Amino acid sequence: MRIFGLLTVLLCGGLLIYHTADFPAWGDPASPASTHLSPYYIEHSIDDTMVPNLVTAVLADYRSYDTMFETVVVFAAGIACFFLLRAAKSKTPESMLYRHIPTGITLRIEKGSKTPPDSADFERIDSVWVPYDLIIKITCRLLVPFIQLFALYVVAHGHHSPGGGFQGGVIFGAALILFALTHNLSNSLKRINEKTSALFAASGVLVYAGTGILCLLLGANFLDYSALAPLLGGDPKMAHSHGILIVEIGVAIAVMAVMVWIYYNLASRGRHDEGL
Amino acid sequence: MDGLFDFIVSKYNYWGYVVLMMIGMYAMIVKKNLVKKIIGMNIFQTAIILFYVSIGAKRDATLPIIAHGHGDAHHAVHAVDYMNPLPHVLMLTAIVVAVATLGVALALTIKIYKQYNTLEEDEINARLRGR
Repeated sequence: MRIFGLLTVLLCGGLLIYHTADFPAWGDPASPASTHLSPYYIEHSIDDTMVPNLVTAVLADYRSYDTMFETVVVFAAGIACFFLLRAAKSKTPESMLYRHIPTGITLRIEKGSKTPPDSADFERIDSVWVPYDLIIKITCRLLVPFIQLFALYVVAHGHHSPGGGFQGGVIFGAALILFALTHNLSNSLKRINEKTSALFAASGVLVYAGTGILCLLLGANFLDYSALAPLLGGDPKMAHSHGILIVEIGVAIAVMAVMVWIYYNLASRGRHDEGL
Repeated sequence: MDGLFDFIVSKYNYWGYVVLMMIGMYAMIVKKNLVKKIIGMNIFQTAIILFYVSIGAKRDATLPIIAHGHGDAHHAVHAVDYMNPLPHVLMLTAIVVAVATLGVALALTIKIYKQYNTLEEDEINARLRGR
């Protein structure tokens, strides 16, 4: 089996390497990929959409159908993780660990015993015992708001600099996952619970598709943002720019929520009681 | 000799991606552990992504953001001055979808581990045949 696999891989790679001789040279301005469609995008997109970042313009305007269904794919992945892993009923564990924060003492509560009162002095910790690490907690608590702010900047400034909905959404999701890693999963579930993340994921897709339908209702093609000009103010070209911003925000919300949702399900194996 | 050197310089990036792709494919075909197969799939995806991004490269061109594009007064835009934005767009979405599919793949492996208590493919197959 091993030899057979190795032979297949070598044959495949050998054929590909042999045929790279026919490929255009690296960085060749006259290569087929750079001569048909992309010159149009480069030369016309700023006149069509007023967006200097060509990647954003192509992503959310010329190819906005593609991007809409990519967002749907991301949403579908979140749904798939939910249906694969989520345990319908969470059974009470054999024992739970609580930490008394002022003294640092860890308490093991057996099943059926009385649990400590719900106060700031006690916190539930994961059954794989984790030491109380003040440095990591405080550092990440300080870092998380700035990462989130940077994510918002990446979303909002995607027109003029590298960025956009996918990147900003992933950064925002990473900030929330960092919080869930350094604090407990239950702590982060208290802030963004499963229902909220599912709702955000769906509403992100809704913002995107809704913008398209709104254009349709205003008498233009699906996702033709120039129809939004009477609503947003400004001329049709600026409406393209604003429309791109709206759908990018939708993408960012969907991607952020799906990342967090997938993390919740993967980290707790669908039980949502204790994470990594 | 000069021609051979030019040939290598203009093609060696593709060879790198083919080698990466071979590593990923070998892991997907030969490795028995499901997590290793998923890692192989991700290496494969990385090779494809690098291949596309290198297609977008253009000599003496800058990144695809129009310089001084703010406001109305901007210079005439020439296609040779900017890289091809299309592969960047395609790979941008591909990366995020790759992360999402990775999540689904890991969810499936967790499910398989719950069912069979192992991630080795041959053990799972033996268990399936034994039933």
